[in-house]
Amino acid sequence: MATSSAKPKKPVEARQNVVILFAGDSGDGIQLTGSQFTDTNALFGNDVSTFPNFPAEIRAPQGTLAGVSGYQLHFGSVEIWTPGDQCDVLVVMNAAALKANLGKLKRGGVIIANTDGFDKKNLRLAGYLDEADPLTDGSLADHTLHSVDVTKLTRTALEGTTLGMKEKDRCKNMFVLGFINWMYNRDNALTEGFLKKKFAKRPELLDANMKALIAGYNYGDTSETFTTRFEVKPAPMPKGTYRSITGNQGTALGLVAAAQRSGLDLFYGSYPITPASDILHELSKHKNFGVITFQAEDEIAAISSAIGASYGGALGITASSGPGIALKTEALGLAFMLELPLVIVNVQRGGPSTGLPTKTEQADLWQAVHGRNGEAPIPVIAASTPIDCFDMAFEAVQIALEHMTPVILLTDGYIANGSEPWRFPSSKDLPAIKPPYIKEPNDGEKFLPYLRDERGVRPWALPGQPGLQHRIGGIEKQDKTGNISYDPANHEMMVRLRAEKVARIADRYKPIRLDSGPADGDLLIVGWGSTYGAIRTAALKLQQEGHSVAHVHLRHMFPFNKGLGPLLKKYRKILIPEMNSGQLRQLVRAEFLCDAQGLNKIQGMPFTSDEIRAGVLNHLRP
Amino acid sequence: MSTTNGTPTAPKKIDLSSDQEVRWCPGCGDYSILKQVQTLLEQSGRKKEEIVFISGIGCSSRFPYYLDTYGLHGIHGRAPAIVSGLRSVRPELSVWMITGDGDSLSIGGNHLIHLMRRNVDVNVLLFNNEIYGLTKGQYSPTSPQGAVTRSTPLGSTDHPFNPLALVKGADGTFIARSMDRDPKHLREVLARADAHRGTSLVEIYQNCNVFNDGAFETFTEKATKPLTTIFVEHGKPLVFANGTRGIKLNGMTPVIVDTYAGGASLDELWIHDERDAFKASILVRLFEDPRLEGAMPRPFGVFFVNDRPTHEAKLTTQLAQARARKGPGDLDALLKGEHTWTIG
Repeated sequence: MATSSAKPKKPVEARQNVVILFAGDSGDGIQLTGSQFTDTNALFGNDVSTFPNFPAEIRAPQGTLAGVSGYQLHFGSVEIWTPGDQCDVLVVMNAAALKANLGKLKRGGVIIANTDGFDKKNLRLAGYLDEADPLTDGSLADHTLHSVDVTKLTRTALEGTTLGMKEKDRCKNMFVLGFINWMYNRDNALTEGFLKKKFAKRPELLDANMKALIAGYNYGDTSETFTTRFEVKPAPMPKGTYRSITGNQGTALGLVAAAQRSGLDLFYGSYPITPASDILHELSKHKNFGVITFQAEDEIAAISSAIGASYGGALGITASSGPGIALKTEALGLAFMLELPLVIVNVQRGGPSTGLPTKTEQADLWQAVHGRNGEAPIPVIAASTPIDCFDMAFEAVQIALEHMTPVILLTDGYIANGSEPWRFPSSKDLPAIKPPYIKEPNDGEKFLPYLRDERGVRPWALPGQPGLQHRIGGIEKQDKTGNISYDPANHEMMVRLRAEKVARIADRYKPIRLDSGPADGDLLIVGWGSTYGAIRTAALKLQQEGHSVAHVHLRHMFPFNKGLGPLLKKYRKILIPEMNSGQLRQLVRAEFLCDAQGLNKIQGMPFTSDEIRAGVLNHLRP
Repeated sequence: MSTTNGTPTAPKKIDLSSDQEVRWCPGCGDYSILKQVQTLLEQSGRKKEEIVFISGIGCSSRFPYYLDTYGLHGIHGRAPAIVSGLRSVRPELSVWMITGDGDSLSIGGNHLIHLMRRNVDVNVLLFNNEIYGLTKGQYSPTSPQGAVTRSTPLGSTDHPFNPLALVKGADGTFIARSMDRDPKHLREVLARADAHRGTSLVEIYQNCNVFNDGAFETFTEKATKPLTTIFVEHGKPLVFANGTRGIKLNGMTPVIVDTYAGGASLDELWIHDERDAFKASILVRLFEDPRLEGAMPRPFGVFFVNDRPTHEAKLTTQLAQARARKGPGDLDALLKGEHTWTIG
C-alpha cells in the first residue's frame, strides 16, 4: 500500500514509551481500534501491555458516561509491566469519553477529540454544565488539544460508496486507527490483513474500512494541525519468536497443552459468565485436539459434568467467575471427596453477588481457600500476568492429575482481557504429565480404590477395566476400600489423610524466589495475582531510589510455599497490596503469626505503580 | 452373543452381587427394583466393568453400592450432569442413572429436562414414592395436593408434577412407567429401556412402606388393579378391566367404552403406537386419580420411543469432522497462533 512506503515528511521525535487511551461509546469499535494498534506495535517489536475497560451493558445509552468503553495501551522500547498509570495520549470519540477519562491524562498530554461527538446533545448527556464545550472554552489549556471532525472526514472519504450513513459512520474507528498509525510511524499493513480476512465475504465493507483507514493515515500526513510524528523504537526483548496473548487465551492454551502432554481428552463444562466466557470461546475452536466443550444448563451442571468426565478418564475442567463459583461449591466438595482430578478456573471480577461484572478484583481468595462445607482443603494457585495464565493453567492440570485432586486457578478480569507479547514455548519444553493410573488389583485379588501411595495419592481406576469395579461417593468412606463408613475414628483419620495429601503438594514447588530486591531489609512486598506488573514497576523504582525494598510474588495460595515463612522473617516490615480488603494478609497472618500490613484498593480497577510506590513509602517512614 | 463351533451359546452370566450389606428398610420397594435390574444385567451378556451406575442423593441413590459394577454416588440432583460428562467422554459404557422423585424433579429438575433435551444415552430409573424418605417423611414434588406429611401437617397446598408429562415436554425419547410390585413387567420395560439409544426414562412406582405406605396400592392390589390400570403394548388396542373396557379417542379426547358384547369393537379403540408423539402426549396426560368417578385408568408400559440422534453421537461426529478438516491437533501450531514476529 502507498501508506506503507510513504516517507515521513514531518519531523519525528523519539519516545521511550507511550501510554495511549482510546475511549468512546461502547458501540464505537474502541476495543478493535485498541487491539489492532497493540498488535501493530507488538509486531514492530515493542513490549506492550493493555487494559481494555468496558461497561457491563452491551450497548449502554449512547453518549452517556455509563456507556464509555476504553482501551489503554502501554508500548515502549523498554520492558513494560503495566498498561501505564497515566496517559500520554487520550483519543476520545465523544464528550462523555473525555469527561470519564480526562483525569487519567498526564498534565500536558495530548487529546485527540472527535468534534462531532461534542454537539449539544453529547455535551448534555456527558453532563457538561450549560452544555459548555470543553474543546472551545479553554478548560483544556493545560493539554495539547487536537480537534478533528472524524465523522465528517470519514463520510467524505466514503463518498461514492454504496453504504448508508450509519454504516459509513461505523468506519470512524478505522479512520482514527489510520491516523494514530501515522502519528506513531506505523504502517497499516497488519490491520489491512485483518480487514481482508474479516470482510472476505463483504467486499463493500472491506472497501469502506480500507478507505477510512487510509484516509486517516493521509489526514495526518496532509493536515496542517499535526507537525510532529513520534517514534518508539523496538524493545530489547529476549531473542525469539513472539505472539500476542490475552490471559483468557493463555488459560485456554495452557489447558489444551496440559491435556496433550498428559495424553487425555479435555472436557470443558461451562456456563457463560463475564469475564470467563472467552475461555469457552477459545476452547471451542480446538475440537481437533479432542477438546469437548459442553455449554451446560447452569454452573452446577458445568462442574458436575466435568466431574463425570474426569470419572470417565478425561481431563475435566470448569471455569467461571465469583458468582458462578459460589454455585459450584457443593460439587467442589464432591470432587474433593472423590479425589478425582479437576481444574476450576475463577476469572475473578468485582463482587459480592453480581457486583461489577466487567471490572477486576481479587476478592475471591477466601472463597477459593475456604469456601466449602466440612474440611475440604483444595490447592489454590494464582496467575500474575496474561502469559502466566498459560503457565499456571498447565501447572493446575499437573497438580490435579498427579495428585488426584480438584485445583482452583485464580485469574482476574484485568489479566484475562489484557494482553502482552509471549515468547511461546515449544511443545517439547513442556513436561509430560503422568496420572497415577492403575491396571491391576492392588490388594491380592481385591482392588482398594483409596489405597494411597507415599504422597497420599489414591490410584485412578477408569471404568471399563476388568477387576477394578468400585464405588465412590460423597459420603464418608472407609479408609482404603471407599465403602460407606460412619465410624467416628475413621472419619477423623480420613479428614487428616485428605488434608495431608493436599499439604504434601507443596513438596513439588520450586524454592521461593524474590522477584526483585535484597535478600533481607526494611520491607518485603508480598503480592499475588494480577498486581504483579504494578508491584514490579514500583519495586524496581524504589530500589533505584535506594530503598531497601524487595518483592516476592506468590503463585501458590494454598498450600503456601514452604520457603515463605522463613523469607518473611528477613524483613522489618511486610506489606501486602491487594485488590480486596486484605484476604491474603489475613491468611499470611494466620499461618505465620507475622504483622503483615495491607495496601488495599477495592475500586474495580487495578493498582497503578505510583499507588504501590506511595503505599510502600508510607510504610517505610519510621 | 458368542458362538462356539458355529452354534450360538447363551451369553456368559455374570454375578453382580456386591459385598455390601443392603441397607434399605425391610419391605422397601427398592429391593424388588434392585433384583430386577441385577437379573436383567446378569443375563445381558455385558461385562461387569462396562456397566456404570450414577446416582444423586436419597434412598434410591444408594443403589450403586449394591452392585459389583463401577458406581458413583453423587450429590443431590446432579446425577444427570455427571452422566452427561461421563457419556461425552466414554460413549461405549452402559450407563444407568438411579434417582428419586425429590432428586430428579425437585433439586435436580433443571438437569433432568436438559438431559432429555440433549438425549444423552443413559437408562434413567426414576424411583417415585411420592415422599422424601431419607430425610424422614416430607412431601415431595409428586405428592398429591393435600398430602399430610411431617412438613405438611395440614396437607400440602402444592400441585404435584406429572413426571412423564414433564419428560414428554422436554422431548424425552423413551418414556415408560412400571411398578415395583410387578417384577415381570418391570423387567420387560427395563430391557426395552436398555435397548434404546438415547435417554430412556422409566418411572417406577415404588412403595415407601415407612413414610408413605400404600401410595400406589390402588394400582398394585389385585382387587383394584383391573379398573385402575391399563397396560399398553405397541400395536394393540387400549383395553383394561380384564378386557371388558377400552379407551377410544374422540378426536383428541380419550373416552372409556365398554368392549363386551354390544359394546365397542376392538377396531374402534385407540391402538397404541409408541412412535406417535401426539398420542404419547395424550397418554402421559392420563393422570387423574383413577378412584374418582369416571376417571381414566393409569397407564403402564412403554409410551413413547423416538430415535433422535444421541448427544454422544453428535459430539463424536463433530470431533471427527474437526479432525478431518483441520487434521489432528498440532500443539506447536496452536501455541504459535496466527500472527508471530521474531526478535533477534
